[in-house]
Amino acid sequence: MALGLGEYEKTGGYEALKKCLRSMTPKEVQEEVKAAGLRGRGGAGFPTGVKWSFVPIGDGAPRPKFLISNSDEMEPGAFKDRVLMEGNPHQLIEGMAISSYAIEAEKAYIFLRWDYGKSAARLKFALGEAYAAGYLGRSVAGSSYSLDIGLHVSAGRYICGEETALLNALEGKRAIPRAKPPFPGTNGLWGKPTVVNNAETLSNVPHIIRKGADWYKALSLTADGGTKVYTVSGKVKRPGFWELPMGTTIRTILEEHAGGMRNGAKARAVIPGGGSTEFVLPEHFDTPMAFDVMEREAGSRLGTGTMIVLDEATCPVGMVHNLERFFARESCGWCTPCRDGLPWVARILEDLEEGRGRRQDLEVLAEHTWGLKMHHTYCALAPGAIEPLQSALALFKGDFIRHIEEKGCPYKRR
Amino acid sequence: MLTEDEKSKIEEAVKGYPRKRAGCVDAMRVVQERRGWIGDEEIGEIALMLGMTADELDGVATFYPFIFRRPVGRHVIFVCDGVSCWVMGYESIMEALQKGLGIGPGGTTGDGRFTLLPVSCIGQCERAPAIMVDGEVYGELVPEEIRKILDMYP
Repeated sequence: MALGLGEYEKTGGYEALKKCLRSMTPKEVQEEVKAAGLRGRGGAGFPTGVKWSFVPIGDGAPRPKFLISNSDEMEPGAFKDRVLMEGNPHQLIEGMAISSYAIEAEKAYIFLRWDYGKSAARLKFALGEAYAAGYLGRSVAGSSYSLDIGLHVSAGRYICGEETALLNALEGKRAIPRAKPPFPGTNGLWGKPTVVNNAETLSNVPHIIRKGADWYKALSLTADGGTKVYTVSGKVKRPGFWELPMGTTIRTILEEHAGGMRNGAKARAVIPGGGSTEFVLPEHFDTPMAFDVMEREAGSRLGTGTMIVLDEATCPVGMVHNLERFFARESCGWCTPCRDGLPWVARILEDLEEGRGRRQDLEVLAEHTWGLKMHHTYCALAPGAIEPLQSALALFKGDFIRHIEEKGCPYKRR
Repeated sequence: MLTEDEKSKIEEAVKGYPRKRAGCVDAMRVVQERRGWIGDEEIGEIALMLGMTADELDGVATFYPFIFRRPVGRHVIFVCDGVSCWVMGYESIMEALQKGLGIGPGGTTGDGRFTLLPVSCIGQCERAPAIMVDGEVYGELVPEEIRKILDMYP
């Protein structure tokens, strides 16, 4: 069940919005969120308040301005935004209203993926409640600020989560990414200043404003502020989702919250932050799941904080094949390295799985981890796609070689 | 030919956007909800309503996996082949579906009852392996349950 408006208000809901409108300027809202150390929860971790500060403010600013909730969650293994939207839709709506005020936007959209039917129904209902209560529409909560929020349900494709592709999708075009610069903060939806924030990021905002940046920062175990919704899937006892202090270790999440591995299964590695992050071995399971520290100490990324466990009975080559097939399918086809490179990678991995692998295939795979890296492609899809591949090539090299030498997948014969 | 009902629903759906073509996915959904899929003639008519060319609209339509440009069965089964479902053995579910329906991925049963489609991660990973039938999610599946689920969709 979703939290209704009454229940949400009882827990202090919409207090933060009223506080902003009553006593804070947009710039002050931005500064508070900057001070809180809130970083983007969609995977890249860009500081939210800084992103907002790129938007022109004041009377001379181009109009209209837009705020968009990126609710197109489609990273393989990720479902954190879904549980937030299904469980507490008003939290997102209030976060959007405050964030829109912070950039003086008059129109906001929730860009929701097609598959989240339950989220769509609950958001629609909650939007109706918010309008009826005067939290949206003309003169929000009795102030001079007006805001409209619309719900846009998309029709699939991972690339729609890329913020400039999302803008094209929302304009009714094919969802291919745009060249940057200019960035959406100045030239976004229909060329107007636009901020695209992840749904989880926006859901944090009301709490920062209501209780302050210091309180929010102190929730975290690391320099990155706040809490994080972590999720675990794979052969653990209790796959699920938990809101925990930012910087909770992989081991705590895996063992305490997910209950450890199922009977008989043994963890060999995790993909810590959704499909486009690098594998992490058990020797790094004491690493805090936070932005900088994951890169520094575990050679991976926090990403979306949605963990997928690789167990010892599951083939790492097969797992990477599954991921690369996904990325190849979801490539928008706009730039050549991604459009042609990813299917090539997927085909080679299929060959390895089916016993057609050759020694030189490993070199071709390694070449692709260079050819598809950041700045060799238009957007971050392919660079993300090669992260699990390049780490698998390094960490599970013996498995790749066995597939070639034994002419097939050794795990399928168990 | 679009019906009057479809036309008015399309007008209503695109009203919320500052430019009509921004509502093109919503417009196509109106037609798909009523007919199951969208034919060439309807693409042309919707495009005309939104100030697009038919090719422009078709370019958008064919970009998306959930817009159908070919007839589908009365019920569409999406089988998640995302990484979590793969780890949890979605392949046995896909096999059971193929056997139960006598069709392969992308196929439609001869009686027009079911279409079977693989789909990228549907974000139900804590309930893997999962499938979606007409938007309804079924998770933590074992192959033996497939028959029971199919029987719910006449």
